[in-house]
Amino acid sequence: MTRYVFQRVSLIIPTLLGMTVLIFCLVRLLPGDVVTANSGPDANTSAATVARVRQALGLSDPLPVQYVNYLGGLVSGNMGKSFLSGEPVSTILGRAIPITLELAVLSAVLAILVGVPLGIISAVRTGTRLDFAARVGGLIGLSLPNFWIATLGLLISSVVFHWVPAVTWIPFWTDPLGNLAQVALPAFALSLSTLAIVMRMSRASLLEVLREDFVRTARAKGLASTPVVFGHALRNALIPVVTVVGTQVGGLMGGAAIVETIFGLPGIGYSLVQSIYQRDYPVIQVAAVYLAAVFVLVNLGVDLLYGVIDPRIQQH
Amino acid sequence: MALSIRGSSSTSLAGIVSPSAVAGPDRRRSQVLLSLAHNPIGLVGVGIVGVVILVALVGPSLWRIDYSDQSFQRLLAPAVAHPMGTDNLGRDVFSRVIHGAQVSLQIAGIAVVVALVVGMLIGVVSALSAGLTDALLMRCVDILFAIPGLILAILIAGLLGPSRTNAMLAVGIVYAPAFARVARGTSLSVLSQPYVEAARSIGVSHLRMILRYLLPNIAGSMIVLTSVYLSAAILTEAGLSFLGLGTQPPEPSWGAMLNASRTYMEIASWLAIFPGLAIMLVVLGFNFLGDGLRDILDPRLRDA
Repeated sequence: MTRYVFQRVSLIIPTLLGMTVLIFCLVRLLPGDVVTANSGPDANTSAATVARVRQALGLSDPLPVQYVNYLGGLVSGNMGKSFLSGEPVSTILGRAIPITLELAVLSAVLAILVGVPLGIISAVRTGTRLDFAARVGGLIGLSLPNFWIATLGLLISSVVFHWVPAVTWIPFWTDPLGNLAQVALPAFALSLSTLAIVMRMSRASLLEVLREDFVRTARAKGLASTPVVFGHALRNALIPVVTVVGTQVGGLMGGAAIVETIFGLPGIGYSLVQSIYQRDYPVIQVAAVYLAAVFVLVNLGVDLLYGVIDPRIQQH
Repeated sequence: MALSIRGSSSTSLAGIVSPSAVAGPDRRRSQVLLSLAHNPIGLVGVGIVGVVILVALVGPSLWRIDYSDQSFQRLLAPAVAHPMGTDNLGRDVFSRVIHGAQVSLQIAGIAVVVALVVGMLIGVVSALSAGLTDALLMRCVDILFAIPGLILAILIAGLLGPSRTNAMLAVGIVYAPAFARVARGTSLSVLSQPYVEAARSIGVSHLRMILRYLLPNIAGSMIVLTSVYLSAAILTEAGLSFLGLGTQPPEPSWGAMLNASRTYMEIASWLAIFPGLAIMLVVLGFNFLGDGLRDILDPRLRDA
């Protein structure tokens, strides 16, 4: 097991490093920077002023030096300051991360709690109208854009229930109920496609396991359908579902950027989008790396968990 | 009966002669189409996609109101003259939704073709070259895969500058790694077949190997992937446009229309309903089609 963990963790380091290079290159090599973006097309800023501002922001250093400074900042936690607000990036992200994490965790929990039982029902009743409805429902769930569901959710809640979620962030520890009321709608909108994927995967995986010899043996012994499904098949069937939930974290992180923008939740996705509009490099670089790193680390966790659940994986 | 065109699951004859040589591409294509006709979900998908493409192609010439024509009839509810109502500038929403279909299909189509060409090239070259080139190419693919798709698309489109072309490029780059991985995996499987080894032993060139053996045999998985990623590309493009990073006004795009609807949705709910319905319908069509094609081209997954 230790060797397996070591192998998996050592593979992550080059990926994370490569990611920082890619994001750094994207941010620095593409057209436009914070000085030109914020002075506007009609600005009458002299070349000397632009050069002075660039010098002050550290943008005139050679790119390798800028990259080393950036990497050093990521490792030491001193990630620089926002070019626009002057606030330390660590403070901005420290405020934003809990919001996105809460949204993503709630969405994933919702997707699992609803998706897995639906998948089981569909697999157990395969070939029936219920199964067909679940399959079609799954495909519809996959096709619903989360920003449309979020917009319709806001429309229905305001027109029908005369209620809209609060526009200023309510932390969980100051008002738990207010916090949950605020994130319920965004979490629901964000969870729908993951729910559909979890449902489809649970169904497919359970159907496959139900065809295995050990299930046939259990049935031949005279076991009823319920103990066969829940006692023998389900545990094996849920292993791929764990992986799917891990891969969906990326979708949740991406979706959060849009859903947070719609509901005005100042999460990390919202911060990333706002900083892109304003070419605020320090925030873009750190926010993007953070979102990608969460995705990579969650999948590492899933891989390790997979090794614990299914010892055969470690042997390969 | 469904037919598999994967080299690994072909008949025993495929061990000596390539599957494409056995069945012939035309015969295989007609068998796939025949199977699709007997697959209800796939058939519905074909219907929806066909209608959407038809609307995108001939809609603007049948519905003569221009998508950018403004009038004083602002925020009109759906009626005969304006089946989907008008927006805050008095523009006909139906006309904008029809034109949005053109924009959406064009961006998603070109983006997926970019992803297909780039990804397939990387995958095939990686499989053929092996060694250091393979390792380097696949590490690059892993790194691209490690960044959530929409986040990468937002980064690329946002930093290149909001435009239709940049949105296409961003979506293409985001989905290329998926094509590369599948192309490499399938190519490796084809390369291990005895008929390919026989071809190698008589000195068939890399180019001929790609054209004669690899491309015909990886086409099936590439087609399924294309249909799957077309729906994903439409959603990603709509998401980018929603954030203002895709198609720019006055040209309509479904995502941007949805974003604009948020200001008026309490008094003009149709502005939020119709563009979203259009996105859902076209994505659903491609998802149905993808499911149907997967059933036919990979029968092992039929119950999945």
